[in-house]
Amino acid sequence: MSSQMANGQRTDGPAAGGDTADARRTAVQQADGPGSAGTSGAYLAHFRVWRGDADGGGLEDFRVEVHEGEVVLDIIHRLQATQASDLAVRWNCKAGKCGSCSAEINGRPRLLCMTRMSVFGRTETITVTPMRAFPVIRDLVTDVSFNYTKAREIPSFVPPAELGPGEYRMQQEDVNRSQEFRKCIECFLCQNTCHVVRDHEENKPVFAGPRFLMRIAELDMHPLDAAPDNGLDRRRTAQDDHGLGYCNITKCCTEVCPENIKITDNALIPLKERAVDRKYDPLVWLGNKIRRRGE
Amino acid sequence: MHAASRAAIPARHLRTDRWWLAPACTAAGLLAFVVYSTWRAFANADYYHAPYVSPFYSPCLAENCHTMRGGPNWEIFGSWWGLSPALLILIFPLGFRLTCYYYRKAYYRGFWASPPACAVAEPHKKYTGETRFPLILQNIHRYFFYFAVLVALVLTYDTALAFRDEHYAWGHMGLGTLVFLANIVLIWAYTLSCHSCRHIVGGRLRHFSKHPVRYRLWGWVGKLNERHMLLAWCSLFSVGFADLYVYLLATGAFADPRFF
Repeated sequence: MSSQMANGQRTDGPAAGGDTADARRTAVQQADGPGSAGTSGAYLAHFRVWRGDADGGGLEDFRVEVHEGEVVLDIIHRLQATQASDLAVRWNCKAGKCGSCSAEINGRPRLLCMTRMSVFGRTETITVTPMRAFPVIRDLVTDVSFNYTKAREIPSFVPPAELGPGEYRMQQEDVNRSQEFRKCIECFLCQNTCHVVRDHEENKPVFAGPRFLMRIAELDMHPLDAAPDNGLDRRRTAQDDHGLGYCNITKCCTEVCPENIKITDNALIPLKERAVDRKYDPLVWLGNKIRRRGE
Repeated sequence: MHAASRAAIPARHLRTDRWWLAPACTAAGLLAFVVYSTWRAFANADYYHAPYVSPFYSPCLAENCHTMRGGPNWEIFGSWWGLSPALLILIFPLGFRLTCYYYRKAYYRGFWASPPACAVAEPHKKYTGETRFPLILQNIHRYFFYFAVLVALVLTYDTALAFRDEHYAWGHMGLGTLVFLANIVLIWAYTLSCHSCRHIVGGRLRHFSKHPVRYRLWGWVGKLNERHMLLAWCSLFSVGFADLYVYLLATGAFADPRFF
């Protein structure tokens, strides 16, 4: 995830340009008034944005101008430009593809750039907070390095010994499943919303989280992954080392995924079923034994 | 929920939508079924009215069953079983639904509040998920699936028997036959849409290209699986309704309208 932290480059914050901002707000209020449709489509919205850092903080109120077609990230940028020049927010592509602007809007984990203002009522108070499962750096910016640690713990793709670079050939039907998981933009909204770590910080060392369990599923379904030939049993390690058993399949990861990846149905449950094959199904165990003896 | 380095937000959640509605409805629906099915399972009466047998009592595995001509009377447990024969068979569909991936989500959210809804803090201090007894037993879902297929086969047989009249003559049909037909279609759809079924028919394969038939089957089951939640509720309702229909006939509260 490449990203940048924008702390506001303009100097027309409350101290420098408060009069200008106030004048503009008044103009919008006179044109449309809060809650009214108005001729220009602009209105004043009530925002509550969490400001602070690891030492403390709280929600701050803002009245801010909203125009037709805007997304929440536009409004956060307007706040930076007009009222809170030191407001920290991480963003990059503004197109829902970089996964940088993850936050929580009215308590729901979402991308700031993909949440249209039109989904909210004009008189509704919109609360924007940082992701709650990760340490906060400042304002809406969190430290997501937990996810990079977990990523490093997943054994990577094991190339088949008999094939060299450029010799890999795979059928489309064999890679369809993995390709769905490759849509992941690593926004970490699924990691943030998963109650296993969100509500229980103590589970972080033992639970990889939905994004990385999905990565294990992707590799275990990969038609050319040679991990089993090298003594690496991904199904067993998913259960024993990466905390697959902590997942109680309540589907919040799927609900918040901006790429609409069916994480639970297509990755986590199939991975659980694969772990059952390996650990809990004596019939499969017996079948594998007989097959191996016959070879 | 609060770790020292996280944003200091004291509220359990900041959601403004009616997040509590879905788990409340789920809990109410499941509770209603549990109450009804418990009453009917222990009642040990009014479960047969020729040619219909309640799905709660089929197959009947004890000697104390109502005699059902040509029906599923298999006295495996003999005469020593004195309780309701429904208790012998309901354990299998109950286990299948209890360990079902959809129902797990439903009752974890609805009853155990783990979590009550996404991004709403759960009230429990500790969480070990399905890593320990008893919840590690959720992994035996596959075995209940095998038994559920057998039960569905018996209910299919019962549906075929419903094409008789009250004198056991074949080639007849009543409103109850339609109720049983709808029920068995939903039971099969729910059973086959199960995630374990999806895994067994093809999900466990790494190379679909080498198993085209299983790949096709996996695709079909996958399409059904997308509606697993809907089928879970519809089949739960239909099996309860089929039982209620038989109960109303058996108690004389209602006469089965015959088509031919």
